[in-house]
Amino acid sequence: MKSFLRGLVLALVVVASIIAWAALPWPVLLALAVLFVLWMQLTRAGRQAGSATSVGVSTLPQRVGSSSVVVVGIAGVVAVLVSLLAMGVGYSEALSSSGSADTAIVMRDGSASEVSSVLEHDAIVAIAEAPGIARDKSGKPIASPELVVAANLPLSDGSGDEGSVQLRGVGEQAWAVRPDVKIVAGRKFQPGLRELVAGKGAQRQFAGLEPGSQIKLGSQMWTVTGIFAAGNATDSELWGDADVVASAYRRGSSRTSVFARLTGASAFAGFKAALKGDPRLQVDVQTTLDYFSKQSEQTTQAIRIIGIVVGVIMAIGAVFGALNTMFAAVAGRAREIATLRAIGFRGTPVVVAVMLETMLLALLGGVLGGVLAWLAFNGFSASTLAAGTTAQMSFQLHVTPALLWTGIKWALAIGFIGGLFPAVRAARLPVTTALRES
Amino acid sequence: MKYLHLIWAALWRRKTRTLLTLVSILAAFLLFGMLDGVRTSFANAGKSAAGAERLQTGSKLSFIETLPQSLQARMEQLPGVKMVAYANWFGGAYQDPHNQIFTFAVSDNYVDMYPEVTVSPAERKAFEQTRTGVLVGDLLAKKYHWKVGDKLPLQSNIFPNRDGSKNWSFDIVGVIHSSKPDDRQMLQGGILMHWKYFDESNPYNRGRVGWYVTRVADASQSDRVANAIDALSANSDHETRTMTEQAAMAQWIKQMADVGFIVVSIMGAVFFTLLLLTGNTMAQAVRERTSELAVLKTIGFSSASVLGLVLAESVVLVLLGGVLGLGLAAVLGPVLSAGSGGMVSMPSVPASSWAIGLALMLAIGLLVGLLPAMRAMRLNIVDALAGR
Repeated sequence: MKSFLRGLVLALVVVASIIAWAALPWPVLLALAVLFVLWMQLTRAGRQAGSATSVGVSTLPQRVGSSSVVVVGIAGVVAVLVSLLAMGVGYSEALSSSGSADTAIVMRDGSASEVSSVLEHDAIVAIAEAPGIARDKSGKPIASPELVVAANLPLSDGSGDEGSVQLRGVGEQAWAVRPDVKIVAGRKFQPGLRELVAGKGAQRQFAGLEPGSQIKLGSQMWTVTGIFAAGNATDSELWGDADVVASAYRRGSSRTSVFARLTGASAFAGFKAALKGDPRLQVDVQTTLDYFSKQSEQTTQAIRIIGIVVGVIMAIGAVFGALNTMFAAVAGRAREIATLRAIGFRGTPVVVAVMLETMLLALLGGVLGGVLAWLAFNGFSASTLAAGTTAQMSFQLHVTPALLWTGIKWALAIGFIGGLFPAVRAARLPVTTALRES
Repeated sequence: MKYLHLIWAALWRRKTRTLLTLVSILAAFLLFGMLDGVRTSFANAGKSAAGAERLQTGSKLSFIETLPQSLQARMEQLPGVKMVAYANWFGGAYQDPHNQIFTFAVSDNYVDMYPEVTVSPAERKAFEQTRTGVLVGDLLAKKYHWKVGDKLPLQSNIFPNRDGSKNWSFDIVGVIHSSKPDDRQMLQGGILMHWKYFDESNPYNRGRVGWYVTRVADASQSDRVANAIDALSANSDHETRTMTEQAAMAQWIKQMADVGFIVVSIMGAVFFTLLLLTGNTMAQAVRERTSELAVLKTIGFSSASVLGLVLAESVVLVLLGGVLGLGLAAVLGPVLSAGSGGMVSMPSVPASSWAIGLALMLAIGLLVGLLPAMRAMRLNIVDALAGR
């Protein structure tokens, strides 16, 4: 009964600590860490814990085999977790950096995405005249009516399969609306000709997108004149002249959307109200930031959930592995620990010493796993069918400092659980029994 | 086999340690079961028996382009073609314009193309006779509590109705079930409406269809028929591209992400970790039992049988944990699927995953047991008994 209660209390301590660990902001944790260091420096028990830890750590090299099991196990968990989360971060970064608060996208009312929207010529003219749109030096509104279609192109992986790419027919103001889109090779397409520029991401995924080369879209040949880079989801697109794309895809004078640069983020409310109030128009108005963030929401969430589920299952495996190793390590050192207790060390310092040792190993594993994930996957290009569009979007995995910190938090949590139970066992074993154990 | 009790006793010599190791192995194989289930369901998508007999024909220009409906009659004339159906993407949304549901406007014979789904004859008849009738997938019907006889208001984000609004109203006349409940069909999560009604009611369509589905008489003729179909419209303004449903599905999924690569990376990390943990446990178990093993040898056990005993112990350990883990995955998958109302499709662990899993268990068990077993085999009785 007594030992059952003790187990229960211990389990509650673990749960509470993990919740606190996950929920508390880092300043509070830092304060707790400072308190802990002070305790180790200033109290007798603390100093005892310190010297017991140093004994444990100094004997680590002799137990390098079993200790490395803890380190490598935790490193595996952290590496997988961080890589999966980096995929989600990379995906949402690519989309959210595609938009900004001072540009707006106008589509037909109720359209979930650009491909399902149609705007007729009259509407496009009316939208470009709305208040709040910035004007260039010659006084023309910086608004670009665009036509998005899906096109089939052979993939560059040599399999001969075709993938779907987003082809965007743009107006002359498209470059002014998106100043981050820059030509990095070749030149821009010439309006009126069957010419295209390709994004860097599209160039990576599809075959034959080199400046000067010809590609076949449907039954027509197009010339690729240049490559552009924007560092976001736009990189997965092909751009051509809107009129030429419209005639090739038989869209007449209709367009799918209008992108507009506003005079500032504050002008959006007025712009939206004007369009919504116009009886000729039935349109949805959003900032591009909102539009692209919303597009990425579901996929990012799905990747996050997969990452955490996989991480939790792996972490459970690793916790039990760590428990096993630490139980064995403690059992192997039973005599040493008993000697410490025989010469006057109390229970708490022994518990703290074993815990500190495990956490140290866990920290090592967490750092190792983070570094592994960073080395292997930071900047790694992946692609998926983008939500809300009909084409592939390529993005890069991004291992951010925040993710590395998440990984280290997980590692320390695993180390905490893995060390606590063996530590308590070591402290509770009767000294006489432990001294007799071989 | 006669030493099974010996192996069993050795395994449970230290209960805590064995239990902890078992949970580690269980976690790894739970993950394996779930991920491999997902991988297989991706890899097998479209590979049903009918997958190779069905051809999909779409516009060569892009999959959002439409084709003339008149092509159907010409396709049916081709030798080797059994039946031709067609469909249009409708872009339906329920309640909220952003809550999209797979809705197709289909020809009357569309359901016949898919023998793996069933609609009761009475409901089928009702569908044929009701202009505004729709068939809904059973998973979808369950999610929104629809039943036959309900009015179903849908918004289309592409097509306006004749009155100019994008609100459409349908009558639910039947439910699409899968004849094999384990295979989740896309049709079970979708809605089928009449193409004729769709074509007449929206001013933009004018006799065009999104894609054709062709059933060939003989799967081995698929390539020839596909080429013949594409030849029909070569050099016209509506060139087509035809491939088997299998190939189309595989190509589509390839674009989703490289699922296989991700799964293999994760499994690699998991099993490397597992190998290390279990290997360590086995090494410890043997080290502790040095004197016991020496006694076994003293009373006449050969070196080979000691090797066998230790190897068997590690294989049994991994098998035990692995089978429990895969079993758990098999139980959890359908529970997760049911809990999400059919939106997350977590397949139960397929037979192929069980086979791969069991092979992995054997391999890992032998691998981690090998070093300790060799150590036990080479044991010198005198040294071991003296504790040197």
